[in-house]
Amino acid sequence: MKFAVVQFGGSNCDRDVFHVVSDVCGVDCDLVWYKDGLKKDYDAIVLPGGFSYGDYLRAGAIAARMPVMKDVIRHADAGGLVLGICNGAQIGAESGLVPGMFTTNEYPKFICREAYLRVENTTSPFTSKYTPGEVISIPIAHKEGRYVASPDVLETLESENRVAFRFCDSEGNVTEASNPNGSAGNITGVLGGDGNVLVMMPHPERASEKVLGSDDGLRLFESMIAHCEAQ
Amino acid sequence: MNYTVDITISLKEGMLDPEARAIQHALSDLGFQTEKISTARVFSVTIDAVSKEGAEGRAVEMCERLLANPVIHCYKTEVRE
Repeated sequence: MKFAVVQFGGSNCDRDVFHVVSDVCGVDCDLVWYKDGLKKDYDAIVLPGGFSYGDYLRAGAIAARMPVMKDVIRHADAGGLVLGICNGAQIGAESGLVPGMFTTNEYPKFICREAYLRVENTTSPFTSKYTPGEVISIPIAHKEGRYVASPDVLETLESENRVAFRFCDSEGNVTEASNPNGSAGNITGVLGGDGNVLVMMPHPERASEKVLGSDDGLRLFESMIAHCEAQ
Repeated sequence: MNYTVDITISLKEGMLDPEARAIQHALSDLGFQTEKISTARVFSVTIDAVSKEGAEGRAVEMCERLLANPVIHCYKTEVRE
């Protein structure tokens, strides 16, 4: 099994993801510079957080149009796993891997704090190790994390069970007060493709070891690994 | 021939504009009462094209492929005379 983490100019969570996949989970992982393209077969590709291209134009817009993303889309179209975290989620949405987009927070400032998420879908390759409705604590760190999509798209996401995570309070209540950035329907994790793509604003790699305060994110990587092992 | 096209990218009607809201509050603090503020971004692009229409067509393509995100944006192009 092999994972890849794509590094763009301005990525800054690439090594954190690499650490969790290779050191914590013990899975072989490559750090791939975007200009080198994806030359090997990978089971899973991670688009990490950061500020690719300085968030110029729109967060993720320029990275989404780099040639390496054609490789990533090809990988997703073939059923391979793609996980986009934070800036990686913005890149994933800008490249059309999932519908909608992530834009400026309702209150336009950078938010860096713990967030409670309710796990809405436990049948995806990313969430199988969680229980339905489980409340997990994973940090967020973004200024452009407000999920926006047309009413039609939002309806389809709900009817096709493509919402993976929603912001909630510690009890699992999805409320306006528990929505840190004004995302539509409190949505902050969206499944694309045949469920083999997940983009999410929270950082599971920052919550994958107890020493960091939460290891609720670890099961996301373990779910991916279990899925790849079963293939 | 070179044509300069002004491309304006703005938010679709009804889209939340947090930046405009913050600016509106700041203007209000300075004593400027406003009914509505919206923000937009302007790109001036100089293109070598055979005609004005050709230059505008290229600018539209730029909007479709990169400059605007159709989820929240609309755009307009204007070729300078």
